[in-house]
Amino acid sequence: MEMLPFILATVFTAATPLLIAALGEHVTERAGVLNLGVEGMMIVGAATGFAAAVLTDSSVFGIIAGALAGMALSAVFALMVLVFATNQVATGLALTIMGLGLAGLIGQGFVGQPRAAIPPVQIPLLSEIPVLGKAIFTGDFVFFLSLGLIAFVAWGLNRTRFGLLLRAVGESHGSAHALGLPVKRIRLVAILFGGLLAGLAGAYLSLIYTRFWSPGMSAGRGWIALALVVFAGGHVWRLVLGAYLFGGITVAQLHAQAGAIGLPSQFLSALPYLMTIAALLFLSISGRKGAGAAGSLGQPFVPER
Amino acid sequence: MGPERIRLTGITKAFGTLKANDHVDLTLHAGEIHALLGENGAGKSTLMKMLYGLLRPDAGEIRINGQPVTLPSPRAARAQGIGMVFQHFSLFEDFTALENIAIPLDGRIADAGLRAEVEAKARHFGLAIALDRPVHTLSAGERQRIEILRALMQEPQVLILDEPTSVLTPDEAEALFATLESLASAGAGILFISHKLEEVRRLCSRATILRGGKVVAETDPRAVSAAELAALMVGEGVLDLRPVADHALGEPMLHLDGLSVAPEGVHGVTLRDIHLTVRAGEVVAIAGVAGNGQSELYAAISGEGGRITAGQIRMAGQDVTRRDINSRRRLGAAFVPEARLGQATLPQGPLSENIILSWHATGSLGRWLLDTVRTGAVARRVIERFDVRTPSSDPQAVQLSGGNLQKYVVGREIERQPRLMVVDQPSWGVDARAATHIRQTLLDLAAAGAAVLVISQDLDEAMAMADRIAVMHGGYLSAARPVPALSRAEIGLLMTQGESPARGAA
Repeated sequence: MEMLPFILATVFTAATPLLIAALGEHVTERAGVLNLGVEGMMIVGAATGFAAAVLTDSSVFGIIAGALAGMALSAVFALMVLVFATNQVATGLALTIMGLGLAGLIGQGFVGQPRAAIPPVQIPLLSEIPVLGKAIFTGDFVFFLSLGLIAFVAWGLNRTRFGLLLRAVGESHGSAHALGLPVKRIRLVAILFGGLLAGLAGAYLSLIYTRFWSPGMSAGRGWIALALVVFAGGHVWRLVLGAYLFGGITVAQLHAQAGAIGLPSQFLSALPYLMTIAALLFLSISGRKGAGAAGSLGQPFVPER
Repeated sequence: MGPERIRLTGITKAFGTLKANDHVDLTLHAGEIHALLGENGAGKSTLMKMLYGLLRPDAGEIRINGQPVTLPSPRAARAQGIGMVFQHFSLFEDFTALENIAIPLDGRIADAGLRAEVEAKARHFGLAIALDRPVHTLSAGERQRIEILRALMQEPQVLILDEPTSVLTPDEAEALFATLESLASAGAGILFISHKLEEVRRLCSRATILRGGKVVAETDPRAVSAAELAALMVGEGVLDLRPVADHALGEPMLHLDGLSVAPEGVHGVTLRDIHLTVRAGEVVAIAGVAGNGQSELYAAISGEGGRITAGQIRMAGQDVTRRDINSRRRLGAAFVPEARLGQATLPQGPLSENIILSWHATGSLGRWLLDTVRTGAVARRVIERFDVRTPSSDPQAVQLSGGNLQKYVVGREIERQPRLMVVDQPSWGVDARAATHIRQTLLDLAAAGAAVLVISQDLDEAMAMADRIAVMHGGYLSAARPVPALSRAEIGLLMTQGESPARGAA
């Protein structure tokens, strides 16, 4: 029983970067843009965040710098996709490759340097609750920020005028253009928001989750975040559920490895990725392939003049 | 006539070398319903897109309420009081009706306040709408009411409607006209784009007629006949079919005997006890409102689909009920389906390759390797003989305009020298010139001794072409009646009420 708050807290720590990156990509895809560069933006956020934190000796500044680095990379994507109307799939893949290389360069002098943990935030009173108090109401500030982001994205998309227009642009950019909505400007905002959150998720990885930098440390989490968005099918609550489910599996396999249950550790490490494939397969078989995706997702938009 | 709302002067717009609009002048007054007439490609939609800020004119002046304006975006046009109802709906399928209405309204979201306003507006104009259902579950008429309501929410002084009745039932069209008349009497100017002349004569007090991007006339449509309007739209003389010489009828080429077909899919129509005979040298038309079983009948005759539960199909004297489309083609049949792209042709394939789609059944196109010399020669012959206008010598099917592609498809089948030709919607979405060409081609084919069956929703087309007309209603087919003895009223009755199936023998 004493282990439970600790295990729950690690589940949240493992899930938070997935959740943040997936929320950003969710918004981007609602606007009809498929950015497969999440992995690349994440790793650049991780490297830049770590480097900035070491140089300024401020983890908070590092997290902000990581988020901005992710946004800068997404601005490159936006330029290609919106201005030059390039193929979104190819551009996104290129962005990931570029991001992995760029992150290696940025993080070159920082490999293996340790960082101290950011002191946890304790919510007064609530953190005194047995078990849950230590698990939910004690944590790093980005974890609380991610809870705020869930509410912000859900409310923003469904309750605000900008959210309505963003979803309209994603549903049918032709109709949106015919009604005079600024399709490209709205998509730019969505892409930059997605980049900001992917960078934030990356900085969380290197500064809070592992607290060191090593090349390739994002280890496919960007792709899992993308799979989560597909799994969510347009519903933020399903995205949150999926993220914590994957966080849970990640932590469970760590404990299973420590507990020596007789399965090869490689198999256990692969479990989150196998679950990703299983979830996508389930969506495909149950005939819901592409259900809930924005109507003009992935299509380049070129208005006639 | 009320004050002047819009004055367009010398509006010119070119796409590459094509002049879509060439010094177009148009004036619209308050309280007026003004028709904009013209064939497909005459420049109507281009002109309206400029008035709605979607396109920028190359030259010319737009004045609204007397003031010269530039309209860089639809938002600017809306700010000037211009609303538009699009031909291809600009609705968001997964959104509710209320959300769709909120989108172009500055600063609004789909909340209770907007709902109350929309409901009040809908009541005022008698437009019944379910506001909370997603648009993709609604009928064409309901969707259009949403579009209109959305435009009305912006209190437009000018409302543009681009071919609004093409998807409506007659009752829905009447309701629309009532709405438009009450709008006009409240002081709005209405621009009504259409090529349905009777409708324009019933509704509009003035008409501007475009041909080839130029204004060829401005007239009061009620003061001239529909034939005169048509002549202005398409130029002189091209609409008349040349009568074919008297010729004797031959053997029955197609014979449907008590045919009943279970439909494919959940929305299909069941065909019941259908009797029809088409003889060599004869043109028979099947009329009816869309969705009464015509598609299912075409599929059954061509052998493409449907499960035949009773009855028989005979072609050239042989029972083909259980045979596929290719063995029917080998008996001398040729088929032109409704969908030109995707069914009749491969959109990305060049015309020479598209020859293969039907010719492979009967033609010798090479034993092991495809004889591309021969397919190319056939394609060239079709292009020349049937006046197919192509942008290059062997373009992809998708590059042709609708009319030219239909000429190609019909020509491809006629080149096979069929003894039985079955055509579903020969001139759907085709401009008048190409439609006349296609109809004439089919008449000539019958005069040369083939049996021709035409399925058409266009009653004028059926009356102009057919020796006999049968009417489809609710999966039943009426007896085929000789055309000269048949009145429009009689056909109209058959279309809406059908005929008791007991009398169905032809």
